[in-house]
Amino acid sequence: MTGKTLLDKIWDAHLVRAETDATPAILYVDLHLVHEVTSPQAFAELRARGLRVRRPERVLATFDHSTPTLPADASGKRAYVSAEAEAQVAQLEANAREFGIQLYGWNSGNRGIVHVIGPELGATQPGMTIVCGDSHTSTHGAFGALAFGIGTTEVGHVLATQCLLQCKPKAFAVTVNGTLPFGVTAKDLVLHIIGTVGVNGGTGHVFEYRGSAIEALSMEERMTVCNMSIEAGARAGLIAPDATTFAYLRDRPLAPRGAAFDAAVARWSAFRSDPDARFDREVVIDAGTIRPSVTYGTHPGMVTTLDAPIPAATNEQERRALDYMRFAAGQSLAGTPVDVVFLGSCTNSRLSDLRAAAEVLRGRRVAEGVRMLVVPGSERIKREAEREGLHEVFRAAGAEWREAGCSMCLGMNGDIGRPGQLVVSTSNRNFEGRQGPGVRTVLASPLVAAASAVAGYIADPRELLTEVAA
Amino acid sequence: MKPLTRIRSRTVVLAHENIDTDRIIPARFLTTTERAGLGKALFHDWRYRADGTPDPEFTLNQPQARGCEILVAGRNFGCGSSREHAPWALADYGFRAVLSSGIADIFRANALKNGVLAVVLSEGEHTYLLRHPGIELAIDVAGGYIELPDGGRFGFELEPFAKHCLLSGVDQLGFLLQHEQQIEEFERRRAAQVEPFSRREKVARSAG
Ligand code: SF4
Repeated sequence: MTGKTLLDKIWDAHLVRAETDATPAILYVDLHLVHEVTSPQAFAELRARGLRVRRPERVLATFDHSTPTLPADASGKRAYVSAEAEAQVAQLEANAREFGIQLYGWNSGNRGIVHVIGPELGATQPGMTIVCGDSHTSTHGAFGALAFGIGTTEVGHVLATQCLLQCKPKAFAVTVNGTLPFGVTAKDLVLHIIGTVGVNGGTGHVFEYRGSAIEALSMEERMTVCNMSIEAGARAGLIAPDATTFAYLRDRPLAPRGAAFDAAVARWSAFRSDPDARFDREVVIDAGTIRPSVTYGTHPGMVTTLDAPIPAATNEQERRALDYMRFAAGQSLAGTPVDVVFLGSCTNSRLSDLRAAAEVLRGRRVAEGVRMLVVPGSERIKREAEREGLHEVFRAAGAEWREAGCSMCLGMNGDIGRPGQLVVSTSNRNFEGRQGPGVRTVLASPLVAAASAVAGYIADPRELLTEVAA
Repeated sequence: MKPLTRIRSRTVVLAHENIDTDRIIPARFLTTTERAGLGKALFHDWRYRADGTPDPEFTLNQPQARGCEILVAGRNFGCGSSREHAPWALADYGFRAVLSSGIADIFRANALKNGVLAVVLSEGEHTYLLRHPGIELAIDVAGGYIELPDGGRFGFELEPFAKHCLLSGVDQLGFLLQHEQQIEEFERRRAAQVEPFSRREKVARSAG
């Protein structure tokens, strides 16, 4: 008998009813994260059918997408983009009250991007199944949890039954050996992976990232990598839990404590692929060859390195993408003028990301005419950053320091660019119009984003970092 | 959900690859708390020019596209966000089927749950449909085939359960609810093995 993959192990541990010829498996969900945009219609469905939430203690809610990132004014009024956005948040507050769900709202001190707060509160744990009406739920896979995005109808299924109907995805090993060179980050790594696998290369699969370069990553870096699994079409990304994972979880508010923690570690340690496990597909990547990477097109698979020439379009879509981006084949992205720099999103808004960007910005200024927005992933991160004085570094450099939320990652709360503007963004999607109609997005790491803010054009951070290190 | 057994319609072709769900419905239309009425936002930034008038160049705005229920789209349709607003918008606009050589997982699952048939065809079949926009197709859901005007057929696969739900118009929540007892047994079994995920109430107030 061949061994089991990590995916097999988590899957099997959550089977309420196995798949049959006629029906998908019934899979139990350990943690259901809820936000304001994809949940109202699901709660309405429960209400219409007279159903209750089956396991309210397994649901955590917060709002992040349509929430303003400017502080409330003196009267407590917040700058919602529209009355409808405000009503959407109010609806989640009402639903949480009515159905008895924990909501991390305005006054909780724990509010933030749903995929940032799950891990930082210790709600995200190895071996779990985690779902959310949001495709970047894949982030939580960094802890060895099977975590994936679902639609609103399925949000209703999980609320009502704590279960989902699922067909088992295939397992795809993404093995990254070697060491990332100096100044090359987890963001560059995942952009490189997407460029290698392609934007639909992972369809029907769950990635398991493995290899020495993955094991060497911090939890924050692992989250950055797993976060963008969906950008290669994969349902989820997994990394086997190890000492790094356990150290991160110890003493988190929602993690087990004392003897229960030790027992949990013993149980969590079994969640790794057996040495003889077979994967349906595999790619092997050498971390040592990766350089700071950026996107040049309108999907995250159109990736290149900073100094390489933009490749020629090979089809109509790529031609269109280059037109939209106003880039020409052969041109190098380094040196391209920048209008806005966005540091934030569930990909890169954690404390380590803010520290990395602050390292570059310390004692420097954001270039004349460039707007830089720094949006921490959660209120906790905001407090910690302020305790370290990072907000002063950003402000002194001329950047805006905002309240936690998704902000310009999807531009739903009014934080958007103007048509034609070029945004260097640490987020995960460079789709046409994602950051506002006509806005051109270049995805990059926090280091590249900060270096570009200082230079006023897309810039390699490594020179600035060498100076810091010297 | 109304049963979906047969679709007979001309096709509309949007050949772009990787049409993401932000393209299908931009994020700024997601502040709604309803599922109805999203058809007006479908492909909004392609359909309308910056001044709000319809762009006559865009395929859906052309007279021959009126009333078409079958969308033939480029590869990797529906990638990106999990927003179910995308199939809601397609359905509200009047589309009942999306055909492509590749459809993103979450979009496909969402579409099937909303009575929108999302079907993956082979490259060859897909190319044929891309090259022949506006032809009339008859889709037989139970039979699992698409009939071309010349009588030729493209077969397609659909998960048996999704097919059953489409054909009978039942939703999947009913099926899950029938298994309550098994869910309860599972919960009991697991509680014995694993410390249940517990919410520590005080976290809400804990500072930093
Ligand atoms: S930060 Fe962006 S990708 Fe992450 S949950 Fe918010 S909108 Fe989605």
